[in-house]
Amino acid sequence: MTIQVCIGSSCHVRGSYEVKTIFEELIRQNGLEGQVALRPAFCLGVCGEGVGVRIDGQTLSGVTKENAADLFRQYVLKEG
Amino acid sequence: MVFDTQVQELKYKALKEAARLAWQDQLLKGLLGASARLVPGPQPTMRCCIYKERAVMEERLRMAMGGDEDNENIIEVIKVACDECPVAGVRVTESCRGCIAHRCMNACPKGAISIVNHRAVVDQEKCVECGRCVSACPYSAIVKSARPCEKACKTGAIRMDENKKAAIDNSKCISCGACVYQCPFGAISDKSFILDCVDLVKQSQNNQAYQVFAIVAPSISSQFHHASVEQVVSGLKALGFYNVVETALGADMTAWREAQELAEKKFLTSSCCPAFVEYIHKFFPDMASHISHNLSPMAEIAKYIKRIHPGSKVVFIGPCTAKKAERRLPQVSELVDCVLTFEELQALFDSREIDLTALPGEALDNASYFGRVFARSGGLAVAVEQALKERGVEPEEFQLNAISCSGVEECRAALLRASRDMLPNNFIEGMACENGCIGGAGCITHGPKSKADVDQYGRQAMEKTIRDAIGILDF
Repeated sequence: MTIQVCIGSSCHVRGSYEVKTIFEELIRQNGLEGQVALRPAFCLGVCGEGVGVRIDGQTLSGVTKENAADLFRQYVLKEG
Repeated sequence: MVFDTQVQELKYKALKEAARLAWQDQLLKGLLGASARLVPGPQPTMRCCIYKERAVMEERLRMAMGGDEDNENIIEVIKVACDECPVAGVRVTESCRGCIAHRCMNACPKGAISIVNHRAVVDQEKCVECGRCVSACPYSAIVKSARPCEKACKTGAIRMDENKKAAIDNSKCISCGACVYQCPFGAISDKSFILDCVDLVKQSQNNQAYQVFAIVAPSISSQFHHASVEQVVSGLKALGFYNVVETALGADMTAWREAQELAEKKFLTSSCCPAFVEYIHKFFPDMASHISHNLSPMAEIAKYIKRIHPGSKVVFIGPCTAKKAERRLPQVSELVDCVLTFEELQALFDSREIDLTALPGEALDNASYFGRVFARSGGLAVAVEQALKERGVEPEEFQLNAISCSGVEECRAALLRASRDMLPNNFIEGMACENGCIGGAGCITHGPKSKADVDQYGRQAMEKTIRDAIGILDF
């Protein structure tokens, strides 16, 4: 599985760095280092509604440091 | 007028027309009669007749379409536009009072000045144009005139050919573009790749076939005075670019690496300015081993974009004509697909009638203050100093003593001393243009406020350190 976090300017100013750090931490906590690859992208096509995140081809917009953990559980761990 | 000079405006008209026709797939048909459309007349306003004006415009269109393929140089003379400026050398003017001190005669090392009928006369056969008589005359009655192109060219690459037209010696030219900006007749021009850019965007099929990124140099902050940088970003997206990335982020990466290389090697000359690098290769080849091995900020950020977006295309937009030559280097040609100047970007916007002031702004904010101030002389040295500090390089290990050279003449002086082991500094920041990139020949405007604009833009950066700016890239 690949998670892309947009680091383009629009997303960057909305908190790409925090979102990326939260995902990194969650991948580590869940022991998914070998299975989930975290990658940067310079645009995922949702400028203005960032932070953009793409998980296995599905693009999510409006990701924040507040909802990143929930989305991780939902889309990566497939809980709930 | 948005440009500094009428010459830039003429060049812009040709660029805009070529791009306009290319967007509409009308190039072949539209070129017939293009010069007459651009120079309608019927009375000539610049040259001897309307036909000459149109002939010159045709040449400008040719340059807009890539110029002479057989000439490897990015910079070309438009022979028909060259006005064959008379070259008088050193000349005594009406102001000569016929004084009795004869300081001019005494100052001349070649015995070229004699006094005839109480007035100074220069023997052109003996005169070597050293200018000592010019400085010696208390009435400023002796003047030394040179062709503006020759005066602008600090590497001595321009001379007159047998027809009194300007000619460029490619073996001495570093493509800095100083002559392009200085020739009052617009007879020297940089080749344009604006049509390649149009093709890249068109063939991407709305970024579906591949993504086209624009990377914009930080000197953008001193350009487009009628619009904000954020509006320029929106404008680029309206043109069809997938996204816009700050080249200043590449500058942060370059500064970070340069600091490490410097701490290891203890002496370096910078590699950001392609004209400076070329100057070393052509005039100080023995110093070439000291050129930093780092990629320029343009190549650095392009490499990163291509790594995370495989198959994408990158167009650099900046103030620089020499970047067009840098793009042709083997290690850069795969990274950067096209280079445009700000002049050309203005033409590109207008070829699609994009009004920047009517657009909402979009953020352009990845780089740090330090990456952004690369755009002006001294900025690179400040950034490398910061990178050394952030990397924790102790003064006992390496202490930076940089010299920032603004313009070719300062570069030459520093390189000359360094080549003789007489330079106290351990880092030469070389910028071929005066004041750095903000003085670049491809700028729309050059003004006294340009440096302040860049510094202010630097302070607006969200990221305050180089580590913070490049930290996001590392995953």
